[in-house]
Amino acid sequence: MVRVQREPLDGQALIRAVQTDGDGAVALFLGTVRDHNEGRKVIGLEYSAYEEMALQELERVRDQALERFEITRAAVVHRLGALEIGEASVAVAIAAPHRAAAFDACRFVIDTLKRTVPIWKKETFEDGEAWIEGEG
Amino acid sequence: MTIEVRFFAALADSTGATRDRVELPTGSDVSALWRALIERYPALETTGIRPLVACDMEYATWDTSLDGIREVAFLPPVSGG
Repeated sequence: MVRVQREPLDGQALIRAVQTDGDGAVALFLGTVRDHNEGRKVIGLEYSAYEEMALQELERVRDQALERFEITRAAVVHRLGALEIGEASVAVAIAAPHRAAAFDACRFVIDTLKRTVPIWKKETFEDGEAWIEGEG
Repeated sequence: MTIEVRFFAALADSTGATRDRVELPTGSDVSALWRALIERYPALETTGIRPLVACDMEYATWDTSLDGIREVAFLPPVSGG
């Protein structure tokens, strides 16, 4: 399962999508909207994307994870549109026979996604709004 | 040749456009396209953003040739996750 969507993310659905009877571990990562950034109070947040390319790059990251780690399946879903504090913006689920590979692959997918997938975050503060620049 | 151009996020805000179309001589590269866009949208030069570029959805560089390319997107540093 690889997608971008405007509907809320369902972590349990990702787990169901990746887990097989041969797996001894499922790692689930949720990125969530926090109420502050660099000392400013955040009251809302919006994600936009180059959707066709974002989907392609998400699939690429997923495929790289499957090649590099001893895992069974991987799922990654990113939310778009307006989000509220506490909502999940991204979900990664990895199923593997053993936990080490599940943790490692999960970390690889979220770290790579943040560098390569064309998605942008705009934060709204009490006194304005700003596009956030990534880590590059 | 005709190139379909797309702007995203802060770059779309600065141009006021998400899509445009630019006619360029055969053999032009990404930097030639960018110069043509700056003439059309002077605000692009003052954003302080050093964009990434994607040619037909593959990351490219400023000297990438546009021969055979249909769509070029200018992308601010990404901030998903």
